[in-house]
Amino acid sequence: MSTQVVSAGAARRRERRFALFTLLLGAAVPLLFLRGATGGIATFVLNDARGERFLLPDLVIPVDLTLVLLSAAIVAVGVLQLVRPVGRRAPLAVGAAGGLFVVAVLVWATTGASVSLVALLRGALFASVPIAFGAMAGVLSERAGVINIAIEGQFLAGAFTAAVVASVLGSAWFGLLGGIAAGALIGVMLAGLTIRFQADQIVSGVVLIVLATGVTSFLTSQLLASNTAWNSPVRFIAAPLPLLSDLPLIGSIVFRQTFLVYLMIVMVIVLQFALFRTRWGLRLRSVGEHPAAADTVGIDVLRTRYRAVVLGGMLAGIGGSWFTLEAASQFSKEMTGGRGFIALAAMLVGRYSPVGAMSAALLFGFADSLATTLQRLPVPLPSTLLRATPYVITLLVVAGLVGRLRVPAADGKPYVKQ
Amino acid sequence: MRLELKGVTKRFPGVVANDAIDLTVEAGEVHGLLGENGAGKSTLMNILYGLYRADEGQVLIDGQQVHFSDPGDAIAAGIGMVHQHFMLVPVFTVAENILLGKEPIDRFRRFDRRAAHEEVERLAETFGLPVDPSAVVEDLPVGLQQRVEILKALSRDARLLILDEPTAVLTPQEADGLFASIRGFQAAGRSVIFISHKLREHRDIADRITVLRRGRAVGTVDATAAEPQELAQLMVGRPVDLVVDRSPARPSEPVLTVEGLEVLAADGQRLVDSVDLTVHRGEILAIAGVEGNGQTPLVEAITGLLPIGGGRVLLGEEDLTGRSRKEILRSGVGHIPEDRTMHGLVGSFSVADNLVLNLWDDERFAARRTRRFDEVRSHARRVVKDFDVRTPSIATPASSLSGGNQQKVIVAREFDRPIRVLVAAQPTRGVDVGSIEYIHRQLVAKRDAGVGVLLVSSELDEVIALADRVAVMFRGRLIGPFPTPVAKEALGLMMAGVPAEEAMRGLAA
Repeated sequence: MSTQVVSAGAARRRERRFALFTLLLGAAVPLLFLRGATGGIATFVLNDARGERFLLPDLVIPVDLTLVLLSAAIVAVGVLQLVRPVGRRAPLAVGAAGGLFVVAVLVWATTGASVSLVALLRGALFASVPIAFGAMAGVLSERAGVINIAIEGQFLAGAFTAAVVASVLGSAWFGLLGGIAAGALIGVMLAGLTIRFQADQIVSGVVLIVLATGVTSFLTSQLLASNTAWNSPVRFIAAPLPLLSDLPLIGSIVFRQTFLVYLMIVMVIVLQFALFRTRWGLRLRSVGEHPAAADTVGIDVLRTRYRAVVLGGMLAGIGGSWFTLEAASQFSKEMTGGRGFIALAAMLVGRYSPVGAMSAALLFGFADSLATTLQRLPVPLPSTLLRATPYVITLLVVAGLVGRLRVPAADGKPYVKQ
Repeated sequence: MRLELKGVTKRFPGVVANDAIDLTVEAGEVHGLLGENGAGKSTLMNILYGLYRADEGQVLIDGQQVHFSDPGDAIAAGIGMVHQHFMLVPVFTVAENILLGKEPIDRFRRFDRRAAHEEVERLAETFGLPVDPSAVVEDLPVGLQQRVEILKALSRDARLLILDEPTAVLTPQEADGLFASIRGFQAAGRSVIFISHKLREHRDIADRITVLRRGRAVGTVDATAAEPQELAQLMVGRPVDLVVDRSPARPSEPVLTVEGLEVLAADGQRLVDSVDLTVHRGEILAIAGVEGNGQTPLVEAITGLLPIGGGRVLLGEEDLTGRSRKEILRSGVGHIPEDRTMHGLVGSFSVADNLVLNLWDDERFAARRTRRFDEVRSHARRVVKDFDVRTPSIATPASSLSGGNQQKVIVAREFDRPIRVLVAAQPTRGVDVGSIEYIHRQLVAKRDAGVGVLLVSSELDEVIALADRVAVMFRGRLIGPFPTPVAKEALGLMMAGVPAEEAMRGLAA
């Protein structure tokens, strides 16, 4: 047992640093964004132009006034932190300030233009799909005690296989099955290496990422480049849900989505319930926390881990399928762009729970969607910088929020019977 | 249940861990298993519990031969084991832990919390071991965790309970409670195998005692008839001096002063809460207490392993607060850490290298930061002889020595350099009786040579045998010190949090 020990003032000093950072953010808003030209307005569209039953009026706001108010709010958070320390919740306060800052950026960028809030948020939900599935794969595997950093590899394998199967068989459904199978295959390899042969779990994961990257890249240039018919998958199309999609705002954002978005929401709920309410989940978690205890009461530790890793691989395979069945129209080399690692971050930030992981995935999805939105606006920022937003946010969130994380006690440790 | 082991033999590469052991446990008997570390107690119990397979010999239950290939088989046959390191999931509730593997489920395959709680409450009532089914195990004190572990075995209908060093983590009062429960099972016709290296406990609770030495059962004796001296001799194989021979202390000026020392956990909890203490030259100040009450952070703060949250540590007049670990050691503080494999030794290094682990760049052993191996080796040869370290050679890796000899390497290293204060944490943990005797004599000798000794131990017998003054640590605070002798019962009460005056008075009345 290791107890984390800090010197007396460290916690207080940390909070003071947080407060200072918050005040800086608050000061940055008027300094960076106030243009002096009063009277600028920003328009936010709250409708989808696809024939909703209820139409909401556009949200038109004065830019300067809003920025001043936002700045004041951020400063207030910082002052509050200085005056009355909130202790363990300090990261939350910084998070709130950061959120307000992002709103300020959006308002500033929209000056004299119009942004569809519906598209922004719908895009956020859509972009969070692979991250949420990947994070769930991680949760399942690590709750059972096996570190799975091969999610990126499972994404690539899933995306590639889904694209080829959906192209050849002409069905997105078969494509999805192919993607799941590919994810599961990487899962089997990871389980074999780490459980059967007790190889180092991090190294095994890296090896599988390299393998998946190499194989899919090779096959893409050797096979798909000359055979475009094998790389033009039939994709899932947007499927508005009856009645629900007519709800104002929410309907447009949540219920006019594609199949995998709905599947993500269902899976998160199912997995949350299964892990924390069922016998299956209790046993799985016992294996990740104290395998020897599980073993002595007759739970098969190795089999439980094997299944968890492979099931996780299937979930990651679904996440991979999103890239070629929903997001893009074909497979291209290394198209997953490191989202498997963002999924790992989402798992950590979500504290190894499916609901938490999806919340974090939504944050990253939002960053993704925001970057896309800002690129279309006349903003004096290079687009490469904007595309880096999700990764920058990952870095900040992981550094700031992870803090004192409760990792499953036996995570990463092979179980060896004496 | 009547259990018989006949000629059980288990060989590991290079050693015979169990050599043709015969053991019979009658129904309703409490059978003590006594032996030093490495005598083969654990191996034997792991065979009985299905974790190892015996190379030869038979296990019979009520006259029927049985074969266990995993713990599940042993459990099914009615054998329950309470491990020294609990087999409990810390983040699960009491009910989840007790019923893991045989959980009640409802129609939706959900874990049926209500049925589980009822089941646990019924069990707790049947055996008179009350617990809160919804409490999370890691929040419970160790004594209660052990109770959960016992209930877990009983819930699987154990008719023979194996208790592996069950009192190691308990206060004397908690141990008495455990003994009462053991008598309860006994009265219900259940059998118990009680493993301990403490002679006194065997005489308190066991009906018969079997002594193991180097893998062999060297004798089974009636507990009532057994003399401690005789048991110790059986265990070690030669006469042992159980009483530490020492003259009264002649303390002089203070050499280690701790003022208002605080150590904080990351969450702000006070692991060490404004502790004041003074160790004089030529005395042994002992700190007793159940483990986990702040002794470890106290020792680590004094020796510079942990940052100090508040207060000062003085060596003579010199302020050590905030100094580096190396400066502290070099200024004359010796440290025997409580976990020798973690902090005391580098297992893969040779005995010789371990003997200069904190002196390797000292002038004697290094010239301009280049090591002088001849000096290191001749030093090792001398020290190994002086301190009676039993090792095949000075080039042997430390990890292949026995626990007692590993500990002697550390003792030798710290005692052979000039020190003014010695901080000894659990100096005889996991050490054979012969080495205990030796280390105790060395501690007293160091005291008589004018060193101030701060001894931290959770073994009350050790504290009582060595201390000139004794203090108790409870929840990060120090109670005392008091001049010895202090009644063992009073110390026990203080270890459980009873205020000092009350503890002393309760005994006088």
